[in-house]
Amino acid sequence: MPTVDGPVIVARELHKQFDEFVAVDHVDFEVEPGESFGFLGPNGAGKTSTMRMIGCVSPLTSGTLSIFGLAPEADGPRIRARIGVVPQADQLDAELTVLENLLVYGRFFDLPRSECKRRASELLEFVQLSERAGDRVEPLSGGMKRRLTIARSLINEPDLLLLDEPTTGLDPQARHVLWDRLYRLKQRGVTLVLTTHYMDEAEQLCDRLVVMDEGRIVAEGSPRALIEAHSTREVLEVRFEVGQNEGREPDLIGVGDRMETLPDRVLLYVADGESALAEVHRRGLDPVGSLIRRSSLEDVFLRLTGRSLVD
Amino acid sequence: MSTPTAVRVWESQFLVYRRIWLSNVLGAFVQPFVFLLGMGLGVGALIDDGPESAEILGTSYLAFFAPALLATTAMLIGVQTSLWETLDQFMWGNQYRAMVSTSLRATDVADGAALWHATRIGIATGGVAVVLLLFDETRTPAIVPAMAAGILTGLAFALPVSAYSSTRHDDRTFVLIIRLGLIPMFLFGGAFYPVSQLPDWLEFVALVTPLWHGIELCRGLVLGTLSGTAAVAHTAYLLAFAGVGWIACRVTFARRLLP
Repeated sequence: MPTVDGPVIVARELHKQFDEFVAVDHVDFEVEPGESFGFLGPNGAGKTSTMRMIGCVSPLTSGTLSIFGLAPEADGPRIRARIGVVPQADQLDAELTVLENLLVYGRFFDLPRSECKRRASELLEFVQLSERAGDRVEPLSGGMKRRLTIARSLINEPDLLLLDEPTTGLDPQARHVLWDRLYRLKQRGVTLVLTTHYMDEAEQLCDRLVVMDEGRIVAEGSPRALIEAHSTREVLEVRFEVGQNEGREPDLIGVGDRMETLPDRVLLYVADGESALAEVHRRGLDPVGSLIRRSSLEDVFLRLTGRSLVD
Repeated sequence: MSTPTAVRVWESQFLVYRRIWLSNVLGAFVQPFVFLLGMGLGVGALIDDGPESAEILGTSYLAFFAPALLATTAMLIGVQTSLWETLDQFMWGNQYRAMVSTSLRATDVADGAALWHATRIGIATGGVAVVLLLFDETRTPAIVPAMAAGILTGLAFALPVSAYSSTRHDDRTFVLIIRLGLIPMFLFGGAFYPVSQLPDWLEFVALVTPLWHGIELCRGLVLGTLSGTAAVAHTAYLLAFAGVGWIACRVTFARRLLP
């Protein structure tokens, strides 16, 4: 892999608007070489629009974007030649075989046929699809199609791989196989940029991430740092009789740094779950159930982007 | 040496076509052959015996009708590849989207698609040309330029229609285009009879359609009745449609693929 001096991606005041609708609202971020960087956010937060601008398939409305030190407007084809794209919806050619899908894609980059074949067989090995090389794409499972899409995105040996919700809709086994492959790519020095709304995926794969909401970046940092900055160390979940949870709020004030009441339970954000639970009992409250857990990225996410449904 | 970008797009289309080429190529030959037997010989036998038929047509009915098939087939295939087959690659199959994620540009995709339309139209008119060579009256070396005229006619339809398809998000209007556009043109464009047989106002409509120009060009070339001025005029008219359609494709493809 050729090395890159300075950040792979630099976005300044990056803005994307479709008519009146603001998809991405003046965001700034940088991605370093070899880094694995995530965009986390609910549906409609602007993640895909941002990814498409980085992928040079969507012109900026305003702001600046530099990828490998080049500008998308002027050097789209040159930049894309060094990028691999795994779109949200597979864009495989259902009429072609697994192998042909890779060969065709390699030809788009003008790789010689022999080189396409060599890389294709290596990549099929890498994504564990060698045995399906001659099969049509259509009967493949979702996980296989996604792996094939990843193989296809690597045919040009990209320095930067863009993955838009890479594991949405896959079963746990398929997700873990995929994560493993992505982790290996990272070890080889490929810069990964991904979007996800799965917290475990973000924690697994991302060195650093930004949380997006309504087109803006609302937080940035490593998964650990985000939890430290936006949540407490532990969460105490207490459960009262159905319908009683809301009424308990006044009695629980001050137990935690922050409290959140859901229809079926009350979440108390606390430094120490055990002592908080003791305090709950000391106040004479008798929850029917309780659970102490570590704060997760999900808590940060919900805190920053809210619980209401977006779409 | 690098492969031209449009050719790379063309290659991918060809790879898919390879799966259906045999039936497609056979069809390109069999369909006009059957059509010509039915219309040319069957209807022709009736017409050639009729009064004034020779003055109006200037030839046998078969020789009159057969060359027009070059143009009408080109039109039908051109529109077929530029309606559903084109929209599919934007919407359902998404092949075009995949292409612009690589080092290809949207304009490369438009150019490659145009090249592919020309190929498919070429195969279809090739089938017609082979059939024409089977009959004494239409066996001529001028079949080569006539095929080229057929391809140009096809592109005069395929490129503007592709530009239109690339702006669509469903196929609701496609059947209307065929029923209200293509079929009337097919019937009134001068393939089956000289448009001079039509009432004046309808004749005028026929003269404006690109199909009539394509038919006149193909027929004139095959039968050796084309004047230089007419050749230039028909070609220019068809080139205008194809050219405007091509430029429109380069714009609309980019709009669709790079929102």
